Amino acid sequence: MGRTNQFYSTETGPVTLPVDTFPDGAKPLNLRDSRAIAAPAAQHGQQPRTPMPGATLQAENLHLWRGDRHVLRGVSLAVTAGECLQVTGPNGTGKTSLLRTLSGMMYPEEGRVTWGGNDIRDDMYAYHADLAYIGHEPPLKQDLTPRENLRFWVGVRRPVAVAEIDAALERAGADHWRDRPVRTLSAGQKRRAALAGLVLMSTPLWLLDEPTTNLDTQGQALVGNLIQEHLGRGGLVVAAIHHELTVSGPGLMRLELPS
Amino acid sequence: MTPPLQAARLVLSRDLKLAFRKSGQVIQPLVFFAIVTTLFPLGISPQLSQLRDVAPGALWVAALLSSLLALEFLFRDDAHDGTLEQYALSGQSLMWLLLAKTAAHWLLTGLPLAVMGPLAALALGAPVAAVPAVVESVTIGSIALSLIGSIGAALTLGVRRSGALQSMLTLPFSMPVLIFGARATELAIKGENYSAPLYLLGAMAVLGITLAPLAAAAAVRVSLE
Amino acid sequence: MDWTWFHRLASPPYIYGLARRLVPWFAWPSALLIVAASVWGLGIAPADYQQGDGFRIIYVHAPTAWLSLLVYVTMGVAAGVGLIWRMKVAHALAASAAPIGASFTLCALITGSIWGGPMWGTYWEWDPRITFELLQLFLYLGYMALRASIDDTQRADRTSAVLAVVGVVNVPIVHFSVIWWNSLHQAPSVMKLGQWAMPVSMYGPMFVMLGGFTLLFLALTLTRLQAEVLARERAASWIRDAVGTNLKAVNT
Repeated sequence: MGRTNQFYSTETGPVTLPVDTFPDGAKPLNLRDSRAIAAPAAQHGQQPRTPMPGATLQAENLHLWRGDRHVLRGVSLAVTAGECLQVTGPNGTGKTSLLRTLSGMMYPEEGRVTWGGNDIRDDMYAYHADLAYIGHEPPLKQDLTPRENLRFWVGVRRPVAVAEIDAALERAGADHWRDRPVRTLSAGQKRRAALAGLVLMSTPLWLLDEPTTNLDTQGQALVGNLIQEHLGRGGLVVAAIHHELTVSGPGLMRLELPS
Repeated sequence: MTPPLQAARLVLSRDLKLAFRKSGQVIQPLVFFAIVTTLFPLGISPQLSQLRDVAPGALWVAALLSSLLALEFLFRDDAHDGTLEQYALSGQSLMWLLLAKTAAHWLLTGLPLAVMGPLAALALGAPVAAVPAVVESVTIGSIALSLIGSIGAALTLGVRRSGALQSMLTLPFSMPVLIFGARATELAIKGENYSAPLYLLGAMAVLGITLAPLAAAAAVRVSLE
Repeated sequence: MDWTWFHRLASPPYIYGLARRLVPWFAWPSALLIVAASVWGLGIAPADYQQGDGFRIIYVHAPTAWLSLLVYVTMGVAAGVGLIWRMKVAHALAASAAPIGASFTLCALITGSIWGGPMWGTYWEWDPRITFELLQLFLYLGYMALRASIDDTQRADRTSAVLAVVGVVNVPIVHFSVIWWNSLHQAPSVMKLGQWAMPVSMYGPMFVMLGGFTLLFLALTLTRLQAEVLARERAASWIRDAVGTNLKAVNT
């Protein structure tokens, strides 16, 4: 596999915690232990993947303060190609802050985030080129149609053809309203258009903040499928999420933020 | 990866397209400019000979205020719907994208002033011979104003009711533009050579193009923290 | 090169202690210099042959005007350091200096206006220096207003720091454009403050006063810095120790 990860080995599973104590392949982590590392729950050597060289997202001992609030208290994690880290925890425990810190927008007071072994601060532009971040609100312009929105939003990152956009909208189940102004769409429809953008960006790393908000059951299944496909391509996902993701398999890990 | 020029073009065309779908935002500052210009004859005197003396100042104060008004629309919507966030995380230089945004803003609010400016100047008693000077100085000066304004707009992104604060931050920095712009207009009305203040306006615009996006990008990143 | 001193400066407890120790070293000499300059300026220095005793206000006016600029640059540099090295103490320093700089600026404006009364026969003249001073006051007020309107201390720090740095770059431009503007509009017969030759016996007190005010600025800023650091670090454990030792010092 050629992955060099100092915290765990893929062959033997996680070193510190037994895997089999947790059902459905997900494993909660105790973050009060500041060096707790999210590790893959099971072997996934059998699964065919196209891992990207060096694609490992790591956070080491992140401490983040917002005013008087100690939001992140020593969060560490590691995600490699083909893995999805589901960040859970009650409201206000810093899920969004963690994602924004991982994206490089927020600066932790202590600790660092590395991508492929390099501190993300060393080459922020290169890191951002590999990253797709979708926040609470789908970043869509009210007065443009989903098609136009995607052309501008994704086009700034990489050249996209109209056919590609249409295919992505179709994949996200948003092709019926692709030419209506976003203003006239429901929250769930907007979310689907944003998911199409996520797919179009074709970056290895996805940081998703509540990607299933406002989505119906089918939509939530869609998110699960998109993530699954992305993992199959060797992508990495970190998702802050309340609902249980409809993702299964060896790549799923869980990180519970303490309240 | 999209080449930087192509990315800037997309940012620019997105903002232009949005502005044409919501044309009120473009027209408001222009109407405001016309109204402010009308205030001066009403407040001072209808005599063109008297108005001619205050014409440069009146023209530039009106231009300054309307460019300030237009700044409300520069980053606000983009900050609100997460577009700025996406720009900051796009892997492109944020400075560069913000410069493209400011360019779109100038095309929508600065350039029309260069058309309105001569009309206002003529209405305030300036001779027809002064029209080219007004067009040139307002064109160049409004570039500088848009760029200075982009800093103020970016700085107040984290503030809820930012109108007054934005003026407080932006206007002191805009004084040089007012001084040189009004001076160029005044010299042109007198029929003298106005190139010196025009060059200085140009220098301000060039300085703005180099430095303002840097400051605006820093301020935008802070607002995303 | 050994950078430990720099890293130590970033530590709030260290800065708090340092500021506390330094204040008396600035405050007492400052008081001494200000008294000396006042006695020298008001009592000993000769009266001006044109303006009589009225000119003596320059001993306050000129140093405050000079300091209004110095404080602004200090603020800008501190803010820049805070922005680049993410040093919170530097932001606290910039925040502490701002109201003091604004006060000096206001003082320069008021004394300038009082001086203008007998000298120009009017209390307000659009003299380039005074106009610039007024703009300088607006810059301070803008900085303080921006800080005040952002609740989150970190964000307020960093946003206002961008403004302070932009301000420092812009101040020379504003300054020269105001001078240029003025030279075109004002009759050259009006006496300008800077082009006024004085004998040594007259400008001596001015420099002593400048020294006194500079030390006063340092003493006041460091005092405010202590309060600022305490307010920011109110959740930290070292504060109990620091305040505890203070109380002990008071008791004994």
